[in-house]
Amino acid sequence: MTVTVPGTESTDTSGAADAAGAAEALRPHAEDAFAAELSALAAADDRPRPARWRLSPWAVATYLLGGTLPDGTVITPKYVGPRRIVEVAVTTLATDRALLLLGVPGTAKTWVSEHLAAAVSGDSTLLVQGTAGTPEEAIRYGWNYAQLLAHGPSRDALVPSPVMRAMADGMTARVEELTRIPADVQDTLITVLSEKTLPIPELGEEVQAVRGFNLIATANDRDRGVNELSSALRRRFNTVVLPLPATPEDEVDIVSRRVAQIGRSLELPELPEGVEEIRRVVTVFRELRDGVTGDGRTKLKSPSGTLSTAEAISVVTGGLALAAHFGDGVLRSGDVAAGILGAVVRDPAADRVIWQEYLETVVRERDGWKDFYRACREVTT
Amino acid sequence: MTGTPRARAAGPLLLGVRHHGPGSARAVRAALDACPPRVVLIEGPPEADAIVGLAAEKDMRPPVALLAHAADDPGRAGFWPLAGFSPEWAALQWALAHEVPVRFIDLPAANSLAMAAKQPPTAPPAPTGPPVPAGASVPPAPVGPSAPAGPPGSAGTSTPAGPSGPAAAANGPAAEPGPFPPADPGDPADPAAPGDQTAPGEDQTAPGGPVAPGGPAGSGDEAAPGDPDVPAAVSAERMRVDPLAVLSEAAGYDDPERWWEDVIEHRGTGGAEAFTAVADAMEALRAEYGHGGHEDDAVREAHMRLRLREARREFGDEVAVVCGAWHVPALRERTTVTADRKLLKGLPKVKTEISWVPWTHRRLARHSGYGAGITSPGWYDHLFHVPDRPVARWLTKVAGLLRDEDFAVSSAHVIEAVRLAETLAAMRGRPLAGLAETLDAVRAVMCDGSDVPIALVRDRLVVGDILGEVPESAPAVPLQRDLTRTQRSLRLKPEALERELELDLRKETDAGRSRLLHRLRLLGVDWGTPAVSRGSTGTFRETWRLRWEPELAVRVAEAGVWGTTVLAAVSAKAETEARSAKGLAEVTELAERCLLAGLSGALPVVMRSLADRAALDADVGHLAQALPALVRSVRYGDVRGTGTAALGEVAVGLAERILVGLPPASVGLDADGADEMRRHMEAVHRAIALLSETETAGTETTTRQPQTDLPTADMPMADTRTADMSTADMSTAEARSAEPRAADGLRARWAAMLRNLAGRDGTPATPALIRGRAARLLLDDGRLAEEEAARLMGLALSPGTQPPEAASWIEGFIGGGAGGGMLLVHDERLLGLVDRWLISVPAESFTDVLPLLRRTFSAYDTGVRRTLGELVRRGPAADGSTGADGQGTPTAPGFGPGLDPDRAAAVVPTVRLLLGLDPAPHANGPMEAAR
Repeated sequence: MTVTVPGTESTDTSGAADAAGAAEALRPHAEDAFAAELSALAAADDRPRPARWRLSPWAVATYLLGGTLPDGTVITPKYVGPRRIVEVAVTTLATDRALLLLGVPGTAKTWVSEHLAAAVSGDSTLLVQGTAGTPEEAIRYGWNYAQLLAHGPSRDALVPSPVMRAMADGMTARVEELTRIPADVQDTLITVLSEKTLPIPELGEEVQAVRGFNLIATANDRDRGVNELSSALRRRFNTVVLPLPATPEDEVDIVSRRVAQIGRSLELPELPEGVEEIRRVVTVFRELRDGVTGDGRTKLKSPSGTLSTAEAISVVTGGLALAAHFGDGVLRSGDVAAGILGAVVRDPAADRVIWQEYLETVVRERDGWKDFYRACREVTT
Repeated sequence: MTGTPRARAAGPLLLGVRHHGPGSARAVRAALDACPPRVVLIEGPPEADAIVGLAAEKDMRPPVALLAHAADDPGRAGFWPLAGFSPEWAALQWALAHEVPVRFIDLPAANSLAMAAKQPPTAPPAPTGPPVPAGASVPPAPVGPSAPAGPPGSAGTSTPAGPSGPAAAANGPAAEPGPFPPADPGDPADPAAPGDQTAPGEDQTAPGGPVAPGGPAGSGDEAAPGDPDVPAAVSAERMRVDPLAVLSEAAGYDDPERWWEDVIEHRGTGGAEAFTAVADAMEALRAEYGHGGHEDDAVREAHMRLRLREARREFGDEVAVVCGAWHVPALRERTTVTADRKLLKGLPKVKTEISWVPWTHRRLARHSGYGAGITSPGWYDHLFHVPDRPVARWLTKVAGLLRDEDFAVSSAHVIEAVRLAETLAAMRGRPLAGLAETLDAVRAVMCDGSDVPIALVRDRLVVGDILGEVPESAPAVPLQRDLTRTQRSLRLKPEALERELELDLRKETDAGRSRLLHRLRLLGVDWGTPAVSRGSTGTFRETWRLRWEPELAVRVAEAGVWGTTVLAAVSAKAETEARSAKGLAEVTELAERCLLAGLSGALPVVMRSLADRAALDADVGHLAQALPALVRSVRYGDVRGTGTAALGEVAVGLAERILVGLPPASVGLDADGADEMRRHMEAVHRAIALLSETETAGTETTTRQPQTDLPTADMPMADTRTADMSTADMSTAEARSAEPRAADGLRARWAAMLRNLAGRDGTPATPALIRGRAARLLLDDGRLAEEEAARLMGLALSPGTQPPEAASWIEGFIGGGAGGGMLLVHDERLLGLVDRWLISVPAESFTDVLPLLRRTFSAYDTGVRRTLGELVRRGPAADGSTGADGQGTPTAPGFGPGLDPDRAAAVVPTVRLLLGLDPAPHANGPMEAAR
């Protein structure tokens, strides 16, 4: 399984902001930030478009993956990863099946979903944020109680949810963190996705989805257990798993960039020479995550933690803070060792054995890793 | 339809195909039906003409392969695999059904094998090198990967040309060698040059030795065989030209393979126009690129033309030729007979034999090391046999498979998957959903985006498990010949009468016999079974009970799928077994057997598999079971002069894992579990001692002769003892462990772990049995001071401790059946410890302790108990260790106090002599010292 990821700032949503010099918003919506690219694509796009799509599926894929149009306009890549993934995602939206983006944190799920909605419907704001407290109203409709009491139930008293609006207008709705939503609330989506209709029993009416309506949900791989989708609901989705960075270089790159950004915002002093340590952290994370050493020669057990790129970033950031405030100003093995231990050993019994095995069988023998080994031994025992 | 035949009436029907292309196969069938020829000519070795009739037999089921090999060297072989969806097979079946003669027109294997042998000067092992490739290819598919590299590398890749070929070509321009399977040999020759250069290293892998050649060769062959498929069409690319890549690029495709699929394979039957179009395209390419770097082709094509002429003289123009598309232009070309003859003159030749052998889809697949293979035989097979609604039927098949594996997949899933696959194909601009689209759809719709079930689908359906069959009347496999040859050279005749054979492994012939018997056992040919040696227990002796049963010949024939020589076959089989083995112990045993059989070629794969399984096995018990056998193997390898460095590395890794895993694993065990863990602990303790000893010895005397007679059987105990002395000085050990001396450091860390166990006070509920045992092991190793041992004992047996727990501690410390008792008798120090503790037990609690002690001591032999009683009655051991601090106290009744240094000194030289500590005993005789 090859895995690639957002090459640059696109790693996660927070990094997305810097796109264009949008007006005043702290973070403009994708359709505003990339309005120029979208209109250039629309102009150049002569392929058939599904009903109410702003672009053809091919153009949507180009928008995400980047390319150069015949007129010379350069489309920046929004997602750096396997082409196959984007193609499947776009095609899914074109077949009226809903799309579920899965992945560990930091794999650009939200970012991809926002850009898909922007490219397909020109609007990425029909968004339901899933939380443990998301009520049914957020997915169906609520009531304006003043209106309701004054005039009785009517369309005027109804407050439509983003999903309902998307159905009525034939747009793309988005649901973030689907698996965090309580199961009974999740299930209200079943009717929407299978019957493509949303009944309003209070009025004896219904809202029928217009052609062009579809839904993109994102969910965290690791959270599957929180509110696992019912199989009835799961069946309405095509699932696309967004992978972790394919190569160590990609990942080191992503980590260093983000660490630099975060470091600036935390106003940590600039530290030199951190790259070696970052590479080390990324190597450890990748090896444990993949269950095999970088040279592909030794298999390893994987601990229960996620060990995502995002966690590598926080380990390095923590190490930097340690080095800056309590160390000699250079990021050293000792500064990251404790952070790594915390990230790897989530289950005190099983993970500790895995970590020690890794230390003894892999790290100890590795050239130039002596300091690191010692530092880790120190915090481990 | 009829138009076509007429159009062709002017000349023979030239059907240029892509090897293993289902579309090509259908087109060939249709073309033959449309204008039936009177003879069918197929690209393949003419030697096969004689056995072509076998293909019509009922129990001949593709995939099968034509196997040609040098009569005197089965390791030099070439394969021409045919799957049910191969155009060549389709043509063959058509001809046999219509009773039309079939002829193979490629260069005879006699020449191609000989050429392969001679041409590749690059091949490291001179002649074998090249031929080998071929041979190797066969069975060793697995091996193939490495071996093929040699010639196959080039040839292989090229071969695939058909389907994979292009890809290969894409990967490496160099790899374009073998258009044909047969070509391989030939191909190797020409491609050989390029191939060899690129893959010299790989050839090396083959080098198993003289024998080995077969192995490596095999791999090469595979590559070659692969060629057959695509080769023709693709072959062109050989050196630098990948015809399909060039054509697909012209068509605006980035993936030549996909282009070919879209243009040819996915279009029903293209009819004759497709053949004409492809032939024209190839002609244009050849006009541009010449032979594309494959001089061999000229020779092969000359031979094809001659055979074609011959057929036309006999049958007129009603001749159909099925060959790689790349060769079609050459067959159209008008040349003179003399020119062709000239090309063929003076070609080297070897005597060859040919037969049909069963083949498998897996071996057709590229990733099994079949360089020239195709990636998706199962998918092609499906396309070929299910012409209507292929996508829907395919996805239904996938759903069936997933359901069998307990994935909830409904019909609705299938419907959605079909829709998605078709939409994807439309979006990607393909005429029909291909494998990539259907798999993407399966992943997104049926598998929740996970790649795990997809891997299953790939393995079972895309590649598939289909195994071919050949009729029993097929000529004998080369493996049997190789076996016969080996038997002759080792003077070991198969006899039906059972007899016993004593082997002295220090003799070369006997060692060879032992290896052969071990290899045959691995192949499932149980000609000899190991028997217990009488007399010496030295590792250089082996006893076998031999008996050749007639059905063993059948087993040999069955084993033929693995390779053409015993070594190649057994290596391939061992590697496959290592990969598919379920448990760790299985692989360990396999490793041991590989060493016995001298399979250094297969060892890396087995080791790898072993290391992988060890890494993933979370059960310390399994690891602990595996370690002793492994350490034994290291030892054996040492004795037999086999390289065991890799083995040692794995053993150390295994020990490390046990080291880390043992403490947490010995928490919260019940009585049985604790007892089992105790046994594991002991076994590992011995193994680690032996391991560090072997490691040290190994590094010092790497070139030790196999003759060295080491009493391996009881080595462990002896080692522990000697190790005691050497490691008594802990500081030395520790100083050394500062150096990354894996094994030594290992001992020190093992001891540290034991100390940790012994020192636990029961809060992590470590069974007392284990704590007691750990203390004892440390004590034996001299790593635990006696005072400390006494303290631990007091702690464990103090009144605060529950009686059952105290009892099991004592059992761990001095228990262990009769043996434990003997130690107590002979080790007064130990007895002293127990005795002292017992005396210190207050009178009130004594009655409580009594039953516990009885439990331990009642397990001892009567004699031991009596001796113990006498010793205790004598009572001198009251203050423990007599050895060190015995000054001034009689050590035993009847002896004076302390040591008499003079009298003791008299013994020293003799003892030193016995222990081999004096380098030159003669110079300084014992007598002198005794003075």
